[in-house]
Amino acid sequence: MSLTQEEMKVLELLYEDARVTPAAAAVMLGMQEEEVRAAIEKLEQERVIVGYPALVNWDKTPIEKVKAVIEVKVTPQRDMGFDAIAARIYRFDEVTAVYLMSGAYDLMLEVQAENLRTLASFVSQKLATIDNVLSTATHFVLKKYKVDGVILEEEHADHRLAVTP
Amino acid sequence: MNYDQIVNRTVRDIPPSGIRKFFDIVSTMKDAISLGVGDPVFVTPWNICESAIYSIEHGQTHYTSNWGTIELRREIADYLRLRCGVSYDPASEVLVTVGASEGIDLALRALVEPGDEVLVPDPSYVSYAPCVRLAGGVAVGVPTDAARGFRLTGEEIRARLTPRTKALILPYPNNPTGAIMERADLEDVASALVGTDVIVISDEIYSELTYGGRAHVSFASIPGMFERTITLNGFSKAFAMTGWRMGYACAPAYLAKLLCKIHQFTALCAPVQGQAAALEALRSGKENHYAAVVHMREVYDRRRRILVSAFNRMGLPCFEPLGAFYAFPSIASTGMNSDEFCEKLLREQKVAAVPGTAFGPSGEGHIRCSYATSTEKIEEAVRRIEVFVRAHRKE
Repeated sequence: MSLTQEEMKVLELLYEDARVTPAAAAVMLGMQEEEVRAAIEKLEQERVIVGYPALVNWDKTPIEKVKAVIEVKVTPQRDMGFDAIAARIYRFDEVTAVYLMSGAYDLMLEVQAENLRTLASFVSQKLATIDNVLSTATHFVLKKYKVDGVILEEEHADHRLAVTP
Repeated sequence: MNYDQIVNRTVRDIPPSGIRKFFDIVSTMKDAISLGVGDPVFVTPWNICESAIYSIEHGQTHYTSNWGTIELRREIADYLRLRCGVSYDPASEVLVTVGASEGIDLALRALVEPGDEVLVPDPSYVSYAPCVRLAGGVAVGVPTDAARGFRLTGEEIRARLTPRTKALILPYPNNPTGAIMERADLEDVASALVGTDVIVISDEIYSELTYGGRAHVSFASIPGMFERTITLNGFSKAFAMTGWRMGYACAPAYLAKLLCKIHQFTALCAPVQGQAAALEALRSGKENHYAAVVHMREVYDRRRRILVSAFNRMGLPCFEPLGAFYAFPSIASTGMNSDEFCEKLLREQKVAAVPGTAFGPSGEGHIRCSYATSTEKIEEAVRRIEVFVRAHRKE
């Protein structure tokens, strides 16, 4: 995938703040608004940008979700390696992320469910029973400190003097 | 006691900084937005802070060599060679100072005899003229203006050279104007100095913050200028380390030794924790191609464009600043002078900017606005300034 320097700049800007409008981005990057729009369109079409979800600290909402990281050992399939089994797993709504790993296990899942019972039932009824899944190890998340490069509870106080030479 | 009669007259008579007044007002206002901050908006990258903590935990709490640790001086020399194209010998030509500010004082005290003249571009940073005076010298302003991008010319320097001219302060990228000096500009300055004994004190503290694809050029890298240049730089702006007070002064060995002589009797050495942090800043920077610096510069560049385009849009002409993190628009069309504009803007719209006159008489008709603040605050400040300008234009 080849991206121009301008397209990369638009991408970096949106990665920091997806709400920036094409007009504002054009000012900040010294580009024409049309160029910014074209860059965004290309990034979306090529699925470089695949969505614009807000980064939420769910702990501050009334919604109480249970999150876990699950290590999964699987048997890879001929011709398809791990892709088919990964696809089988990532289609479940409970699964929020799937990574193929090097080392002691094969897939790492991030899983989210309404409560402990539904999460347990997902693991025992759905995940562990898939043919090529050999074993699972579930680790519950107790607290999130930093997500996608953002520290969740950091204070944003400005400690600088108001006027300095 | 009549202190007025007892204390040193030079110190007594130096007027307080023009910035102080605004600081006092802003600090009593709750929802004021300050564009008056000459301090990076970022906190020091964590790897740098962590290395200082590590050094404390491991008992590095002692004096270092007056010059600074040799490891740090080696990294500084490497850094200047890689980023600025100047070679200094870490053993004899690099002095670690308490901020670049100390370097200004050391350089002037090492050079100036009573009555000597020091050329200082006008407008520029508030410390130069007072430090010249404290060293017993006379600061001679060299006016610059927006029409020439606030750059210094050989012609203006030639017009002010006298037998008493001891030094030229060359502070680029410039605070407050945001002006830079490109190679051709520096060569023009050099041409005015060839054949004289004028020493150049090149304050390059903003060297990492240049925009529009213009890389900083060090004056010492101009052919023939090394021997007459004292290069001042530091970690405050490039690595967001203002509070650490870490800088360095580099000069030919004879001069460096003189600077170190004053430094050893007045500061002894720069803080050891700051030296550990500075070492990490340079080592990690060399490894990751100065990723933190590059990121900060990109963020500043975006905000620079927002602020400069806003001033031009609202009819406050602003020449394009290509360095530091300040815009220096002209407010002359409002009919107010700089001081009046800033004071009314602060009282009526609660936006703090610094009058251009705080940086010298040639700053009249301009205000200094820092874009080292969040995008949201810049946008809100711009809205308020626009309302202010519109209201006063009607009058």
